[in-house]
Amino acid sequence: MVDVASETPVRRISNAYQNWYRFSRNPTAVIGALIVTLVVLAAILAPWITPYPEHVGAVVNFRARHLPPSAEYWFGTDNVGRDIFTRVIFGLRISLLLALVVLGTAVPIGTMLGLLAGYFGGWVEIVIMRLTDIALAIPPLVMALAVTAVLSPDLVNSMLAIAALWWTWHTRLIYSITRQLRTQEFVEAAETLGASKFHILFREILPNCVSALSVKTSLDAGFVILVGASLSFLGLGIQPPTPDLGTMVASGSAFLPDYWWESVLPGCAILVVALGFNLLGDGLRDLFDVEDVR
Amino acid sequence: MTARPMLELVGLSKHFPVRSPFGRITGAVRAVDTVSLTIPRGGVYGLAGESGSGKSTIARMIMGLTRPTAGDILLDGENITGQAGTRAYGRKVQMVFQNPGSSLNPRRTIGQSIAVPLEAHAYPRAGRAARIGELLDMVQLPADFARRYPHELSGGQKQRVAIARALAVAPKLIVLDEPTSALDVSVQARLIDLLVDLGRQLELTYLFISHDLSLMRNFAEEVGVLYLGRIVETGPTASVFEHPAHDYTRLLLASVPVISAEEEAMRPRIELIDGEIPTAEKLLARRQASHLPQDP
Ligand SMILES: Nc1ncnc2c1ncn2[C@@H]1O[C@H](COP(=O)(O)OP(=O)(O)OP(=O)(O)O)[C@@H](O)[C@H]1O
Ligand SMILES: [Mg+2]
Repeated sequence: MVDVASETPVRRISNAYQNWYRFSRNPTAVIGALIVTLVVLAAILAPWITPYPEHVGAVVNFRARHLPPSAEYWFGTDNVGRDIFTRVIFGLRISLLLALVVLGTAVPIGTMLGLLAGYFGGWVEIVIMRLTDIALAIPPLVMALAVTAVLSPDLVNSMLAIAALWWTWHTRLIYSITRQLRTQEFVEAAETLGASKFHILFREILPNCVSALSVKTSLDAGFVILVGASLSFLGLGIQPPTPDLGTMVASGSAFLPDYWWESVLPGCAILVVALGFNLLGDGLRDLFDVEDVR
Repeated sequence: MTARPMLELVGLSKHFPVRSPFGRITGAVRAVDTVSLTIPRGGVYGLAGESGSGKSTIARMIMGLTRPTAGDILLDGENITGQAGTRAYGRKVQMVFQNPGSSLNPRRTIGQSIAVPLEAHAYPRAGRAARIGELLDMVQLPADFARRYPHELSGGQKQRVAIARALAVAPKLIVLDEPTSALDVSVQARLIDLLVDLGRQLELTYLFISHDLSLMRNFAEEVGVLYLGRIVETGPTASVFEHPAHDYTRLLLASVPVISAEEEAMRPRIELIDGEIPTAEKLLARRQASHLPQDP
C-alpha cells in the first residue's frame, strides 16, 4: 500500500519555480519581458513620468522649434516646439491600446472558431475553415485601407478592420491543435465518461492550447503594432494632435534629413516595442516547447 | 434458466474504407470480422491477439467511440448498438485505455480528472472531494495525489488513476485495453492483483485485452484468440493454454517469455523456419501448403 505511492521517487519542485528558472536562463526572453514591462509601465505612467505632459495637445512654442536632442529635450522637439520624448511615451498608449483591442477581440473569436472547427469537423469545419481561407487572402493593411476609405479614417475604424482579419491566424492555430487533441485518449476518455461537449472543449482541450496561444499572441502584438503604425503613417489612423508613433514618423519625415530626430526616434520606439513582443514570444516558445507556432 | 450475460457481441464487424490518394474508396480493411463472444456476469474474458488484430477496435465499438459496420452489442441483455456513448450507458460500462501517458489530461490535476465522471453524472458537489479520496484509496493511492499533475506520477500510478476514474460511476463492466502493456513486469503483476481484488469487491465484469498471454493465464477465466479480426480459438483459459487447437494460438504461446521450468514445459513446440520463430503468416501458409495435398 505504501510502496505504490513510491514506485518512482517523484521530485516535487514547484512548477512555477521551475518555469521561472528556465525562463530566466533564456536571455532573449528576459530582454523581451523587460522591454514589454517597461513599455507597458511607461504607457500607464505617462502623465507622471514625462517632462512636458502638456505637450500632448495642440501646444505651440515657436521659440523651441526643431531643437536637437539635449538634456532638456531628450528626443528633441518637433516643428511646433513640442517635446518629442513626451509625445513618444504617450504614443505608446495608442500602440498598446490598438494591440489590446485587436487581440482582445481576435483571440477569443479565433480560439472559439478553431475549437469548434477542430472538434466537430464535418460541415462546421468546412464553413469555418473556408471562411478563414478567404479572410487570410486579404492583407490586413489593404483591408484597413478599404474600411477607412469607406468609413472615416480614425483609430476605431482601423482597429475594427484589423481585428476583422486577425482572428484567422488564431483559428488556424487552435484548429490544428484541436485536431491533434481530439483523438488523444484523454479526450476520448472524457467522452466515454459522459462529459459534455462544453467540458471537453473548454476544460480538456483549451488548457492544452494556452501555451501556444500565449506565444502566438505575444508575437502578434508586435505585428499589430507595426500594422497600426503603418496605418497612421499613411494618415489613416489616429488624427492629430493626439500623439501616435506612426503619425509622428510621417510628419517628421517632411523635415528629413536636417531634423532627423523628429521621425527617426519615434520610428525607433515602434521598432523597440515590436521587437520586445517578438523576443518575449520567442522566449515563451522555447519555454513552452511549442515549435510550430509562428 | 441461466442468468443474462453481462456482455454479448453478436457477429460484430468493423470495416475501415481504404482510400486511394484521390479519396476514392478502393477497398476495406476488415479490422474486426464477425466477432461473437459472451461474458457472464462477474466473469473475466481475455481477448488475446497481436498488434493490429483488431483488439482496440472491438473495445472502441463497445464504448461507442467507433460505429460497428454490422452486428450487435448486448449489454446486460439490452441491445445498445444505437445508443453506445450515451450517459446512461456510460454508467454501466467504462474503459481503461492502453496508454497511461495520454489517457490523463496533462494540464489537469489527478483530482480534476477523476472529477470528470462525477460532474458528468451530477454527483453532489459537496461530496466530490471525499469521493475522489475514496476512489484513490480503492486503487491504493494516497488521497493527496488528487493535487498532483500526471507528469508527477509513474506509469503504474497513472494507470491506477485511470482505473479509479473508471470506477467513479460504479460501472458493471470494465473494458481494459492492454492496461499493463506500457508497464514493467513487477508493476504489471501488482496492477493485475489490484484488478482481481476490485473485481471481487465490486462484482465487476472485465473484458481484458492483451497480447501478453502470461498475464492472461493468471487473470482470465475464458479467452478468445483474435487473428486478423476473427476469433480463431475460444474456450476456458486452462484448456486453451494446455491444448491450443489453432496454430496461431500455439505461436502466440510460444512467444510468451517464461520464467519457470514448469511453464517452459507447457510451452508448445513450434518448428523453426530458417532458424527463427516464424511469423504468423509464414507459419499458417506452410501449414496450409502441407495440408493441401491430402485434400481430394
Ligand atoms: N480509424 C481507422 N481507420 C483505418 N484503419 C484503422 C482505424 N483504426 C484501426 N484501423 C486498422 O484496424 C486494424 C486493427 O487495429 P486495432 O487498433 O484494433 O489493433 P490492436 O489489436 O488494438 O493493436 P495494438 O495491439 O497495436 O493496439 C489495424 O490494421 C488498423 O490499421
Ligand atoms: Mg490497441
